[in-house]
Amino acid sequence: MAQFEDQRTTVYKVDPEHPESESLPTLRTEELLLNMGPQHPSTHGVLKVILELEGERLVKSTPVMGFLHRGVEKLAEEGTYHQFIPHTDRLDYVCAMYNNFAYCRAVEKLMNITVPERAEYLRTIVAEIQRIIGHQFWLGTQALDIGAMTVFFYCFRDREILLDWFDELCGARLTTSWYRIGGVERDFTPSLFAKLKQFLDYFPPKIDEYVIFLEKNRIWLARTKGVAVISAEDALSFGLSGPTLRGSGVDYDLRKYEPYSAYPKCEFSVPVGKNGDTYDRYWIRVQELYESVKIIRQCLEQIQDGPIMADVPSVTLPPKERVFTNLESMIQQFKLFSQGFNAPPGEIYCGTEAHKGELGFYIVSTGGGKPYRLKIRAPSFIHMGAFDHMSKGYMIADAVTIFGTYDIVMGECDR
Amino acid sequence: MNQLATRIEETFPGAFVKAAEWRGDVAVTVKREALHDVARFLRDDPSLLFDYIVHVSSVDWPDDEERFEVVYEVYSIRTRRRIRLKTRVPESDCIVDSLTDVWKGADFMEREVYDMMGIRFRNHPDLRRILMPDEYEEGYPLRKDFPLRGRGWRDTFDFLDEPAR
Repeated sequence: MAQFEDQRTTVYKVDPEHPESESLPTLRTEELLLNMGPQHPSTHGVLKVILELEGERLVKSTPVMGFLHRGVEKLAEEGTYHQFIPHTDRLDYVCAMYNNFAYCRAVEKLMNITVPERAEYLRTIVAEIQRIIGHQFWLGTQALDIGAMTVFFYCFRDREILLDWFDELCGARLTTSWYRIGGVERDFTPSLFAKLKQFLDYFPPKIDEYVIFLEKNRIWLARTKGVAVISAEDALSFGLSGPTLRGSGVDYDLRKYEPYSAYPKCEFSVPVGKNGDTYDRYWIRVQELYESVKIIRQCLEQIQDGPIMADVPSVTLPPKERVFTNLESMIQQFKLFSQGFNAPPGEIYCGTEAHKGELGFYIVSTGGGKPYRLKIRAPSFIHMGAFDHMSKGYMIADAVTIFGTYDIVMGECDR
Repeated sequence: MNQLATRIEETFPGAFVKAAEWRGDVAVTVKREALHDVARFLRDDPSLLFDYIVHVSSVDWPDDEERFEVVYEVYSIRTRRRIRLKTRVPESDCIVDSLTDVWKGADFMEREVYDMMGIRFRNHPDLRRILMPDEYEEGYPLRKDFPLRGRGWRDTFDFLDEPAR
């Protein structure tokens, strides 16, 4: 590199005493504009970034989004509160459970509903399983983007177990819609409890394996350490959240500092990075895998029998078995879905710590069965706002790593 | 009234419009001329230190004189408090000062508000559409008067008068 720079400076400068040097072959030094994506594999087919390059260095990066924009917020304003739950699945389609959870929590805050304790434990367990799935997906694809293929296969192998578990829980692997306003759709069966306990014993040694694969990999370390560094102050100013923020050393986790669900009853720690680089963000996600196992284990020990849905018939859905056997319950379900419940006028914001960061819902209600305005605070979108800042001065190949480090899913980014 | 809201009212008596607290959320509405100053005060005052921008949103109230509402949700990492800062603008002059120099993250979030609601931000470094195509001229999708079922161009199709037999 040093040799290259020396060569460039000597050739580029024209010595006035020797004007003939002007005719020497010079290196091209003008900036090059490169469109990366939307067809690039790492951009998921729905993101374009206009890269301004000087040599191989990134001077400016301008993300161009909107390829997947479906107007989800407008859809929310046209449907009832219950009708919107399946739409939230399609935001971050890799981790649908978290979106359901965040949305249901927001509506519960609006309606001032207290969820029964057993449902809170079930919700926490499933949310943490979803966090594990999300981090496995991230780790696998990030490693693949950098060229480490084995980790990808290992992560996806273990992720399959949990997706099958989801299948048994709610009949779907991806678009789950299991959370309900006021509780959950159905309880775990004994077989699900048994499978989960088995997984919790199986999984921690597997995390050790992922770590060994990557920590011994010099390419992985070189491609992540000191790459895309962002200071704590900048990370806050950009509104980054989740592991992306905590990598910069900011101890901010809503599960801990605005506790909800069963989190206050569990002991777990919040991993925080030091350098704010890609490696620290990777390290935090790996540590969170261990913490999630810890949380699920505690929940399984503490969970007691009880109802799984709040007893607010004007808002919450009746149990499915009653809907199919009892006419009144069927009418109640039909009315709740088609006309909605009567929400009080007001506005709330409710943030939930998803695996990507703070997934928040801002709801304005003017009364009636539909939200007047629903705004989604999508971490992927907000993280993309810091892309230019974080990529400046790094190599063009690092652009892929920097997308990856946010764990973006464009469905959530574009909405 | 909430302590935070009182603090803002005392510091900016002319700019304060109203404050509300509901379900634990504090929302303070200020006049748009003072939005930037209030935001800077929230960030820099040593007892407040709202250093973290959570999100920017907008609401359309078509029947009101000041039709649009811009909503900033900010958080203080040090004091672990939230506040919602709001301002209203009329349709005829829907422009507010950009807060990108106060919180850098406001850049993308304000662009989204502009794209979806048509509220412009003065001094924004790159105010362009972000989710809709650059050349999109149909209006602003999240406004309440934006048609839900397309612009009706299907009705202009020529149909055969008689079914072909």
